[in-house]
Amino acid sequence: MRGAMEEILKTRGLKAYYGEQEILRGIDMTIPRNRVTAIMGPSGCGKTTLIRCFNRMHEATPGARIEGKIWLEGKDLMSMNPIQVRRMVGMVFQKPNPFPTMSIYENVLAGYRLNGIKLKRQEEQRIVEEALKKAGLWDEVKDSLRRRGTFLSGGQQQRLCIARALAVNPRLLLMDEPTSALDPKATRRVEELIGHLKETVTVVVVTHNVAQAGRVADYTAFLYWGELIEFGPTSRLFTTPQDPRTEEYLTGKFG
Amino acid sequence: MNKNLPRRLGKDRAATLVVFLLAIIPMVPLFLILLQLVMKGATSLNLQFLTSLPRPPGETGGGVLNAIAGSVILVTLASVMAVPTGILAGIYLAEYRDKILPHAIRVAADLLQGTPSIVIGILAYAWVVRPMHHFSALAGSGALAIIMLPVIVRTTEEVLVLVPKDLREAALALGVPRWRMILKVVLPTGMVGVTTGVLLSMARVAGETAPLLFTAFGNPFLSWKPTEPIDAMPLVIFNYATSPYPHWWRQAWSASLLLIAMVVLLNIAARLMARKIGGR
Repeated sequence: MRGAMEEILKTRGLKAYYGEQEILRGIDMTIPRNRVTAIMGPSGCGKTTLIRCFNRMHEATPGARIEGKIWLEGKDLMSMNPIQVRRMVGMVFQKPNPFPTMSIYENVLAGYRLNGIKLKRQEEQRIVEEALKKAGLWDEVKDSLRRRGTFLSGGQQQRLCIARALAVNPRLLLMDEPTSALDPKATRRVEELIGHLKETVTVVVVTHNVAQAGRVADYTAFLYWGELIEFGPTSRLFTTPQDPRTEEYLTGKFG
Repeated sequence: MNKNLPRRLGKDRAATLVVFLLAIIPMVPLFLILLQLVMKGATSLNLQFLTSLPRPPGETGGGVLNAIAGSVILVTLASVMAVPTGILAGIYLAEYRDKILPHAIRVAADLLQGTPSIVIGILAYAWVVRPMHHFSALAGSGALAIIMLPVIVRTTEEVLVLVPKDLREAALALGVPRWRMILKVVLPTGMVGVTTGVLLSMARVAGETAPLLFTAFGNPFLSWKPTEPIDAMPLVIFNYATSPYPHWWRQAWSASLLLIAMVVLLNIAARLMARKIGGR
């Protein structure tokens, strides 16, 4: 479809452990650039662990480790400093988590300020406006940038977190079930937003919701029990799954 | 069933009454203390009492300015020593929970918290007063700092552990190094709670007498020097109450009332801070 896809991230034989427990059992996967890729699968299949390998957050948990190869834009991710990786790969979490001590403005700039990067005031304002516009939140908050981020509704908080991640211009944006704590209306807004985001950034979104993968993703991966069962364009995967387990999952027989 | 109902309602009322009365009992001593202090102490508690130095026995008038200033200096010096140390130790305990050393420190802090304050006073006497060959504010505030330390360490730890994991991860995922995450996200998020702990520990040591008896010792003159003996509110109460002069007895009551007021103010400040956490 649409000619040769350009890859941004690639894994070979990726294994992840919590202590002795093997969560990922050797994943070979390629994420296409400027597309939305959904990772779906039943609870406990390793979806979240997989994307937490992509920004080395997996290793932030005591006793957790990664084996295998990951390349980001051709560079060996595992030999880079995790802090450097995380500045290139943004993440949005299940529950909106704006910093409660900071204003909306400060939350968007957190990636700079917490890292001690000083910006000119004009530069700051430009970044804040741009990130909030990309996250589709600007019109709602432009008159209350000095208010605490925690005063916003759940859906607005999640879009603030998306703006915070986008403000540092990541190559790749990871989203871990970004709508599971939101109501249907807020969910729709975030899903629409994901569709727009791929113009500027590659998105990998974890979801346990088959319909959501169908709505937002260009490519879908089906993960089961720590293995990548199937990966391909969403339209193909949903209409003609190659593996019986994918078909069973799509039709709701398990998961 | 229904004919039992009135009897059961009666039992319920009786039980409620008993619980209510038992709940009142702990308040009785507090109320009596306050009543006694106000009755005995309010008469000589006036502006002169707050703003002048003690006069020799036999003369009337005079005040406890030396002790008020002394208590402020002692608690401030003790805070300078205990607050940074305690907060840093609390951060360490909160961030490194699973290792053996933090566990040992936690147990040590709890033991220190249970150590009688007179023992800590003896320690300060042996370590500071003896080498210096005289009593000093420094020795007194050192003893108070040791009493404050475990309170600050444990409250800091408890507050920081409650900072949600989500916020730590949010910072780490932005490529923030761990030490910056702790200083810029975890500590500010728990700051109100940490401050509450500090204020409560200050309130606690403001009323300590035993560790000051042979460290700060007392001083009838106004002193600002950390190396000189200094007076403190609890010391004045102790010295005046055990003196043979009725005029000093009355002043001891007034000083007690004043000390209680200072401690209550610190407690109220701590509670207001704590309420601010709840409102978040």
